[in-house]
Amino acid sequence: MRILVGVKRVIDYAVKVRVAADKKGVELNNVKHSMNPFCEIAVEEAVRLKEKKFATEIVAVSVGTKQAQETLRTALAMGVDRGIHVETALRADQELQPLAVAKMLAKLVDKEKAGLVILGKQSIDGDNAQTAPMLAALLGWPQATFAAGVEPVDENKALKVERETDTGSEVLKVNLPAVLSTDLRLNTPRYATIPNIMKAKKKPMELLSPEKLGVDVTPKTSVVSMAEPGKRKAGIMVESVDELLDKLKNEAKVL
Amino acid sequence: ASTLVVAEHSESKGTLSPSTLCTITAAGQLQNPVTVLVAGGKGINAVAQQAAQVPGVSKVLVAEHAAYEKGIAENLSQAVVATHKAGDYSHILAPSSMHSKNYVPRVAALLDSQPITDVIAIKDQATFVRPMYAGNAIATVTTSEPLKILTVRTTAFEKAPSTGGSAATEVAPAVAKPEAGLSAFLSESVSQSARPELSSARVVISGGRGLKTKEHFQMLEALADKLKGAVGASRAAVDEFHMPNELQVGQTGKVVAPDLYLAVGISGAIQHLSGMKDSKVIVAINKDKEAPIFQVADYGLVADLFKAVPELTDKV
Repeated sequence: MRILVGVKRVIDYAVKVRVAADKKGVELNNVKHSMNPFCEIAVEEAVRLKEKKFATEIVAVSVGTKQAQETLRTALAMGVDRGIHVETALRADQELQPLAVAKMLAKLVDKEKAGLVILGKQSIDGDNAQTAPMLAALLGWPQATFAAGVEPVDENKALKVERETDTGSEVLKVNLPAVLSTDLRLNTPRYATIPNIMKAKKKPMELLSPEKLGVDVTPKTSVVSMAEPGKRKAGIMVESVDELLDKLKNEAKVL
Repeated sequence: ASTLVVAEHSESKGTLSPSTLCTITAAGQLQNPVTVLVAGGKGINAVAQQAAQVPGVSKVLVAEHAAYEKGIAENLSQAVVATHKAGDYSHILAPSSMHSKNYVPRVAALLDSQPITDVIAIKDQATFVRPMYAGNAIATVTTSEPLKILTVRTTAFEKAPSTGGSAATEVAPAVAKPEAGLSAFLSESVSQSARPELSSARVVISGGRGLKTKEHFQMLEALADKLKGAVGASRAAVDEFHMPNELQVGQTGKVVAPDLYLAVGISGAIQHLSGMKDSKVIVAINKDKEAPIFQVADYGLVADLFKAVPELTDKV
């Protein structure tokens, strides 16, 4: 069984993003980037499934600019066997859109004969949370999004997946092949060790393009303008619980 | 042009969700007739009757089948696709939630349309406002898709009235095989709580890393019970104390906008602020007077939460 994982290069989660001077997007230049945190969880889960002998090979895909190869190298250092870079100059946070990415992943699933795809539940740039269910739809496969626990069952013909819901969690059985998306509780991703980072440099990486995959990636939506969020003005500091209660009752009138 | 709203509901309780009422308000701003699709199992007719009474709804379509009862994406998406193919809507709307994040993108891919999620304002029929980067950037986005598929952030739209309308109710277009047979529901674990739901509660009391252990959340629960509020948690608390994920407020959790939000022992990471900064009144209790949460709080109290919270519970 071959697992395909998607990894995306995004602005590092700890960076405070700023709207660019032209108000058409956020500033991407000279800003630290790293692998989308939910994609790290996807890679970790794939590696664990390989360690359990459920999978025999893991292929990571990243769609993006040349720098996406750095993100692929990180995945390779975590235990992925080989990488596929689909190169595009589109801005990954707003021009490269989930439906186009899902179409490219669907082509790669066919090409690689993957039996399971694991993606992050959302990327922390566009916050769309769309690609995994879209891919499942295009392939006609079942999906288990927001996975918090994954366990192979039925002699590896299906997966039992605990998934997060609005009110708690539920357990689904999805027939394989299937698409999963990862939520926070699923696992804690490992750090790549120095020897593994060295080894990753020698692992194979294939270079493709949307054109080679035959997918039209023309953006369907475009950003007219980008703004900073309205700022809340800081209020006042109170000295005691009594003063707080007084303010909430008599000034804010919420109690 | 016409708009389809896919309802969210609690079938076991037989109620239309408040988030659906907010979505109907958003749909009204598009100024086209609004049809509501209600899909579910045997209990669904009670929900359909409620949808028919919402002013501004012109038609309610009912898709009743056991395959839709648990909201399985593979099945539910077929009902929405069949409804769209029969009705040729210009817009399909759903409340933004983990439920819709599961099935709406599936619908969108089947109908080959790139959706716009988490809409917080409608500028015109093709231009919408949505947050990106955990709410640190607000994008005005226009779409060239003939079919516009949107999820709306319900804290940004008022609830439509629940009575006063009288829409016609019809059976939704049939699906050849409602049970797609790709996945099966095995079990669920729904948090049993007498407190109101986090996303619609009037008062929310959230705890963060400052609480130190999961057990200390009982302190917040006692206060919540007195204020008839809900309890939430920061991502740090969910991560470190293994709090249930459905309590998580923030970019990767729930977005809430209650009348009163009380942040206890929460430093105020960007990820958390994006989930609560639209609350009407924000109170922060933290022992670190430099905590960023105080920059968004209407009332800040620098105090030891282990003393301040019991005192507050006592005196409130």
